Amino acid sequence: MKYAYYPGCSAESTARDQFMSVNEVAKALNIELTEIKGWTCCGSTPAHQTDKNLSIALPAANLLMAQKTGLDMVVFCAACYNRMKVANHEIQTNPAIRNEIAATLGEYYDGSVKVHHFVEVLVKDIGAKKLKNSFTHTLDGLKVASYYGCLLVRPKYVTQFDDPENPTIMDKLIALMGGEMIDWPHKVECCGGGFALTRTDIVVELSNSILGMAEASGAQCMAVACPMCQINLDMRQSDICKAKGRDYNLPIVYITQLLGLCLGISPQKLGMDKCVVSPKPIIELVKMA
Amino acid sequence: MAILISKEKQEGSLINDVQKLSGINIRNCLQCKKCSNGCSVTGLTKVHPSDIIRSMQLNVGDKIFESDLIWMCASCETCYERCPMKINMAEVMDALRVIAVQKNISKQKGNIPLFNRSFLKTVKMFGRTYDIGMIAAYKLGTSGYLQDTDKFPMMLLKGKIALTPSFRADKKYTNRIFGRKSDNTQSSK
Repeated sequence: MKYAYYPGCSAESTARDQFMSVNEVAKALNIELTEIKGWTCCGSTPAHQTDKNLSIALPAANLLMAQKTGLDMVVFCAACYNRMKVANHEIQTNPAIRNEIAATLGEYYDGSVKVHHFVEVLVKDIGAKKLKNSFTHTLDGLKVASYYGCLLVRPKYVTQFDDPENPTIMDKLIALMGGEMIDWPHKVECCGGGFALTRTDIVVELSNSILGMAEASGAQCMAVACPMCQINLDMRQSDICKAKGRDYNLPIVYITQLLGLCLGISPQKLGMDKCVVSPKPIIELVKMA
Repeated sequence: MAILISKEKQEGSLINDVQKLSGINIRNCLQCKKCSNGCSVTGLTKVHPSDIIRSMQLNVGDKIFESDLIWMCASCETCYERCPMKINMAEVMDALRVIAVQKNISKQKGNIPLFNRSFLKTVKMFGRTYDIGMIAAYKLGTSGYLQDTDKFPMMLLKGKIALTPSFRADKKYTNRIFGRKSDNTQSSK
């Protein structure tokens, strides 16, 4: 299986651990991820808050680069994934936008490149049976809250990822790894996302509510699939402790890091030393099993 | 929330401007308030999503830009997902932000327009974001130098922030995009 891989800007900085774990898991499962040469930023929230044409042209440029490889695009960052899907949707359904984007880019793009999240590739293209057979370790005895956030699931008719109110795709992966999935109500709440630097107070409020619910539901760790959710929920735990007096000490790991551990990949190769809240208890539990 | 309507005739029509920018028919709103009930930040804001729509329907004019929600909306899109009339509230908020920046009104905590400009400037320059450049430009503008200084050494040590920008982007398309868009991303203060 071969895909054009779009890592997104965070893969080169705040989410290096995500990039490392995606690459390791792909290698172990013989998924060929060819990085799109010369890829550029998707524009994220600053673009869609500034100018609609800009917010579609930036992802469309990358979709155009992917189209030239003849492969489907694979993304891990939920924000990039969402912007790619929105760009495709707008270009497909709105001829005026399609023409405007063609004029901006100087090349015609029809909105037809298929975009998959890496988790979708695992579940739909690799499949449960092959995944299970590849695991050498298990999450037996670990209670995991899977957290999806906003951008993967909403709006459903654009992203087509999973159920927008109660997604289960990551929960199924956790069950497959032998872990105990937590049925909890904050799977698709917002962590504060793009306010990471501008309105930390909002991130503290929203992330506190998510972490509080995960703790109350008995989770020992949280699995995420978005770099912004990861850094907000992980790094802001110390700020939440200061502001709210609640010390969760809850490891926030990428779903690909858990998969990597079950595939027998070393925690270093998965970038697990980059987590702010130490994921050591998880690593030890997996080693013992 | 009580919405105050001035007796004076409002200049222009904000609802039409927003509809034109977003392509969304705001008059379709039934005021069922599902958006406000599900909103991630309603616990923190004075104004709720349904108030924003109602204010435009009642033509309150530029007073709408005093609403805290405009720059506190997290674009989580729960409102849009649940709207029975399929009103893309997130895009309505984007259109209001674009107009607020154009008119240079709606100054609020966090100075998000400055953050957006700092972010896009690095994309224009390198084709990809450059966190340190973006953070420096934003912090210099907001004088919030001390915020998060405790996080910086830890992030550097963990390799969670890149010291140098990436030079691997092919700027063929971004040069064209920003060539066209330079007015919107640079002119506003």
